[in-house]
Amino acid sequence: MRGFGTLLLRDLAQFLPGARKGNTLLPLLFFMAVAMLYPFAIGPNPNVLAATGGGVIWVAALLAAILPLDRLLAPDLENGFFDQWALRGIAEEVVVVVRLLAHWISFGPFLMLAALPASALLGIDGATLRTVELGLLAGTPGLAAIGIIIAAVTVGLRSGGAALSGLLVIPLAVPLLIFGAGSLSTGGEGGIALTAAISLVLVSMAPFAGGAAIRAAREG
Amino acid sequence: MEAPRLAARDLACRRGERLLFRGLSLELSGGQALHVTGSNGTGKSSLIRILARLLRPYAGKVDRSGTIGLLDQTMALDEHLPLGRALAFWRRIDRWPDRDDATGERMGELGLRDLMDVPVRYLSTGQRKRAALFRLLGQGADIWLLDEPLNGLDRDAVELVEALVAQHIASGGLALVASHQPIAIAGMDVLNLPDFAPGLEA
Repeated sequence: MRGFGTLLLRDLAQFLPGARKGNTLLPLLFFMAVAMLYPFAIGPNPNVLAATGGGVIWVAALLAAILPLDRLLAPDLENGFFDQWALRGIAEEVVVVVRLLAHWISFGPFLMLAALPASALLGIDGATLRTVELGLLAGTPGLAAIGIIIAAVTVGLRSGGAALSGLLVIPLAVPLLIFGAGSLSTGGEGGIALTAAISLVLVSMAPFAGGAAIRAAREG
Repeated sequence: MEAPRLAARDLACRRGERLLFRGLSLELSGGQALHVTGSNGTGKSSLIRILARLLRPYAGKVDRSGTIGLLDQTMALDEHLPLGRALAFWRRIDRWPDRDDATGERMGELGLRDLMDVPVRYLSTGQRKRAALFRLLGQGADIWLLDEPLNGLDRDAVELVEALVAQHIASGGLALVASHQPIAIAGMDVLNLPDFAPGLEA
């Protein structure tokens, strides 16, 4: 596919944590901040922390995934990149697939790494941590896909896009959260498989929904 | 190679509630250039985007053969990158040779050689325009659609753009230039867009 590798390299250079463009570290810092502040707010009772910690990690991961949304597609539309790609026959769908991959790579694996110190702060035991990590592995691609779809739908909005995308993501992410965090309760092992299934559906929908939304924004 | 061709039949364009132009037909083939004139807001940019198939016309049809190169007010260059690296992205997409004589010469001609290490966001309007021209030249497209290519350019650069367009037509290319400024290219037809604005009789 024409330009796939070139596009991916450009996207990764923009979105990987520590990349030059803006606040790429912010989602990770936000995630860690939640894990650090939660014990202060809830009190140091180890039983309470261990029982609720996994769920907190999930909520923090979801909110961290919302942070970069307003920079995901809008700058490229404003700067005419999508026009130039369209002229060269590079479909919006391809761009969205690449962007989805780069977006996931730049927060999914790093979130899973950050979950290690976070679990220590929250007093989560090894078995639960394993479930959390597996759940994040299954769920973060779905979160990334929701993020891309919402970023594409709100891409034409001049202002207020960030706040609106946050509001739009939350209801869509509820199923992932229910099954992902639900896998932590006893007898909830099937939750991970369901999370993965939801992710799969979202990831396969994202390029088409995103591509159509970007084309609609260009016509406007 | 098939000669490039750009034809439009009975185009109409509506933005919001306003009909900008209607009944516009044009037919261009390789070696021809057309200057679209009209004051601000008469639909020059919309016409260019319709011809590039980036915007759906309200009515009418666009028919073309050949690849399209577009130069408009957006640069499609990463603001935070040095110019050299921002252009390198398009070099890889369009597969132009890295450092051959023609590329180097073009770079000098456009006065970009000393700017390659400067981040795009520090470039002036004219420098950005020249960088975008460099991208357009590298693309090697048959059909050039230029939207206000002379904006922000000094006298020398204006002459350079005129020379580049003339060269492009001479080598069998096709160019459509929308500009409210006069542009001197031999044998160029003029299309005055306000002539196609819906009249009072409508």
